[in-house]
Amino acid sequence: MPRPAMVENNRSMHWITNLLAGIPERKAPLWWWVAIAVTGSFATFGVFCIIYLLWTGVGVWGNNLPMAWAWGITNFVFWIGIGHAGTLISAILFLCRQKWRTAVNRSAEAMTLFAVMCAAIFPAIHVGRIWMIWFVAPVPVPNWIWPNFRSPLLWDVFAVSTYFTVSFFFWYLGLVPDVATVRDRARGRVAKFCYGLLALGWRGGHRQWRHYEMSYLILAGISTPLVLSVHSTVSFDFATSLIPGWHTTIFPPYFVAGAIFGGFAMVLTLLISSRALFKLHDVITWNHIDVMCKITLLTGSMVGYSYCMEFFVAYYGADPFGRYIFLNRYFGPYWWVGYWMFIGNVLMPQLFWVRAFRRNVWTVYLVAMCANAGMWFERFAIIAVSLHRDFLPSSWQMYYPTWVDIFTFAGTIGLFLTLFLLFIRFLPTVAMSEVKSVLPEADPHHYEPLPAKIVAMEETQA
Amino acid sequence: MSAAAVKKRTFGVIAEFGSAAELYRAAERVRDQGYRFWDAHSPFPIHGLNEAMGLKKSHLLEYIPTSFLFALIVRGKPVDFFTVPAFFPIMFELTILFAGFTAFFGVFVMNRLPRLHHPLFDHAPFARVTEPRGFYRYRIGRSQVCRGRNFGVSRRDRWPRSNGAL
Repeated sequence: MPRPAMVENNRSMHWITNLLAGIPERKAPLWWWVAIAVTGSFATFGVFCIIYLLWTGVGVWGNNLPMAWAWGITNFVFWIGIGHAGTLISAILFLCRQKWRTAVNRSAEAMTLFAVMCAAIFPAIHVGRIWMIWFVAPVPVPNWIWPNFRSPLLWDVFAVSTYFTVSFFFWYLGLVPDVATVRDRARGRVAKFCYGLLALGWRGGHRQWRHYEMSYLILAGISTPLVLSVHSTVSFDFATSLIPGWHTTIFPPYFVAGAIFGGFAMVLTLLISSRALFKLHDVITWNHIDVMCKITLLTGSMVGYSYCMEFFVAYYGADPFGRYIFLNRYFGPYWWVGYWMFIGNVLMPQLFWVRAFRRNVWTVYLVAMCANAGMWFERFAIIAVSLHRDFLPSSWQMYYPTWVDIFTFAGTIGLFLTLFLLFIRFLPTVAMSEVKSVLPEADPHHYEPLPAKIVAMEETQA
Repeated sequence: MSAAAVKKRTFGVIAEFGSAAELYRAAERVRDQGYRFWDAHSPFPIHGLNEAMGLKKSHLLEYIPTSFLFALIVRGKPVDFFTVPAFFPIMFELTILFAGFTAFFGVFVMNRLPRLHHPLFDHAPFARVTEPRGFYRYRIGRSQVCRGRNFGVSRRDRWPRSNGAL
């Protein structure tokens, strides 16, 4: 059976360049201005909430003992998890020689960066005394005391900052040849100058490409263990503690699978939207969406397995506190959180067993949105629901978010979407050079006649 | 003293002392006079001279893990040899981080980038090399940019076409 074409309708390389490099060249469409006005407003109000929090204190959030970690850390884990799909697509699928990744890797990597930025906000503003945040950095000055290197919270600082740095390198290295294309096509002086600076003088010589490809391979190679380690490290924040519901050995693989699942849901959400808005249907085809749905199904089922295994271990583990916490998760006062996460993350993706559902915009969107919400509820279930009934029944409490909680989270959604809108407006949304490299014409042994359209074009120019 | 020697720029002032105790007292006086760029040279380390010179403890000491020299006991967790695995995550992340630095900055160093300009950019049609239309048109120009000793003006006109360029 022949493999499906990476780019549909026999589009030429020039057509691809025109489509993708054309987006930053044209004026921004009206919907873009409307969208960025809305997301920008949310982001701005989020900044206000953060300033209010820093000015007043963490008491403006709904956190209270025993729920010292509630929305803030839920949001942190939610955002950091979303980033993982980007690195999986760019690194692991690259090592697996999955050529279809070329159509989606650029925006997925951008999504990774923006999600990590949103994630980093929460622990930073959660520390209470923000002016002491530099204590997490290994600066050997204060009182001759280092940060505690054996603390999972400090591991997190290193894991997340390394993750951001290496993801940025990956994203930017991929951007360089494409930005060079935009530079070479740019008409205006400002555009020529800005894209020229960003392209770093890239010339596309083969002597450059051979180093470039090796560097890309190395970055993919080191990102693969990195992406598996980051969410494992995040899970250590919980797993190394003694809280029932947190103290489980299944956490690292469970968190990584959940992160990739949630990330793919977000990639689908963003790509289906930008594909429709910029008419990228020939580049991001149904085949691409189909395989991403399959990965969503796979990782969603792995998450479902983890949920069941957690439940089984609680039953089998003979720890009355552990048993209680898992019964409480599904049958306690927060039963609806447990149902949301189980239905959204495990049951809804099962729709993707059916091919028709993988190739219908509305079902894909529905499942992706359920998974986005479900993954947030999963983190809430792990963090807040495990904490709200701790060892001492006299301190049991319900958790109620304040308006600051809600709008800070909404603010990070606004920030995330604002950055993504800026990205799709000013940079090539799809990795042009990589898409071209997987076309049949890119093979030096490919001697089929060019499509009639191109031949005609070349003749008129000659 | 010869005139040539006087012309040399003065590097500084040096004085000799008979004992560690004299050096110590002199150091205290120089410290109190507020000098900043000076040193005391001796055949062995003189303990206490840190304070006499107004220096802080060496930072080198701080680079040795917290748990062995200055045991930072948190929640009563052990600080002995068996806590070594607790240092693995950060070492692992740093390994990745520095490998990332090498891969990312290495490719630009090896490609002699970034640079603001290149003689090839003076050739206006070269701008199409990053475009696939240019890719067909400049297939040869792209893969064999002609530089070097055997490249003469008369040959320049002929060789691309004789090699199949458009």
